[in-house]
Amino acid sequence: MANENNKTIESLDPRISRAQLTGGNHADMEGMTHFQTFEVFHQSKRGTHHKHVGIVHAPNADMALLYAKEQYARREVTANIWVVPSSCISATEYEDDDIFSTTPEKLYRNPASYKVMDRIQEWKEREKSISREV
Amino acid sequence: MDSIAALKELLYKIADDQLIIGHRNSEWTGLGPVLEEDIAFSSMAQDKIGQSEHIYNLLHQLGEADADTVAFTRNAPQFHCSQLVELPIGGYDFSLIRHFLFDFAEYLRFEALKTSAYQPLAQVAKKFFGEIKYHTMHANTWVHQLGHGNGESNGKMQESLNYAWNYALGMFEPGPAEDVLITENIFIGETALREQWLEVITPLLEKSNLVIPSQSEWAPIYGGRKGEHTEHLQPLLSEMTEVYTIDPTADW
Repeated sequence: MANENNKTIESLDPRISRAQLTGGNHADMEGMTHFQTFEVFHQSKRGTHHKHVGIVHAPNADMALLYAKEQYARREVTANIWVVPSSCISATEYEDDDIFSTTPEKLYRNPASYKVMDRIQEWKEREKSISREV
Repeated sequence: MDSIAALKELLYKIADDQLIIGHRNSEWTGLGPVLEEDIAFSSMAQDKIGQSEHIYNLLHQLGEADADTVAFTRNAPQFHCSQLVELPIGGYDFSLIRHFLFDFAEYLRFEALKTSAYQPLAQVAKKFFGEIKYHTMHANTWVHQLGHGNGESNGKMQESLNYAWNYALGMFEPGPAEDVLITENIFIGETALREQWLEVITPLLEKSNLVIPSQSEWAPIYGGRKGEHTEHLQPLLSEMTEVYTIDPTADW
């Protein structure tokens, strides 16, 4: 098996054959650490909100900005980009999501749910009756 | 040499440099060290090929063949690229050092060309300036990163810098009509460009803990601009033009 893995890969892609890659013995990857992740925020126009668009892996913020530009601004009109280490994000726990459970019922917190048309009508009717009396 | 011939010579070397380094750097596509870097490096390689197409189009307007014909039907001795750009990609250390040395030269070349008396060229220079600026940011960030990484990364970068240095000086091989380009305000000339380049990259390399070879070892490798190339260019061209050679009308 070890010999099989060390065989040089022959490919139709000349670049692969040139690189003299072997099937891989990934033991040398053990103990290596991954880059940290950065959350990427994209702003399409000055003055608008930055919107979260995804993450990049990078060893530091400078590299993260380089990658965010290519990953998330290559095909978008862009004014500005932020990157923030994912470790800096504080989040609620999904297991505590019952703290949000009654939210859909609280329609009184939604301005659209204030029905005032009936009172406006009532007032208009009263205005009419007053003017008739005069 | 009249100014049109001098201008063509300038355009050919700019475009050929971009096409060849673009193709070389695209050889990393799918093989880059990490996914994000693979995408970034491939994207910049594409930028370079796009830039070369615009310059070949300027040549076409001056009576040369169209971009595809110029890019895909010439042999090595007809190319005006510097030998630096045709060298194999080597390890990532060499590809990054070349990217750094080449892109800062291109950045300053385009900065100067933004005010070229030849308006179509000035417009192209303005259009692609931001793109090239990003390429220099990418190059400098990586060089700084690996220069400060550890002994191994710094050593590899230094070794690649030593190897690339005289090839890089070869980018500034004076053309046959530097004086015409300068007096007609088409371009500042290779000597002035090299001075600017040294001024910009010297402090950046210092900040990255890398040492430019001492001046006594400087021996610019010229010839590329006159069609004298290393043995590496023709195989690259054969590979790049494989599809075109099989079917010149192929489109995708």
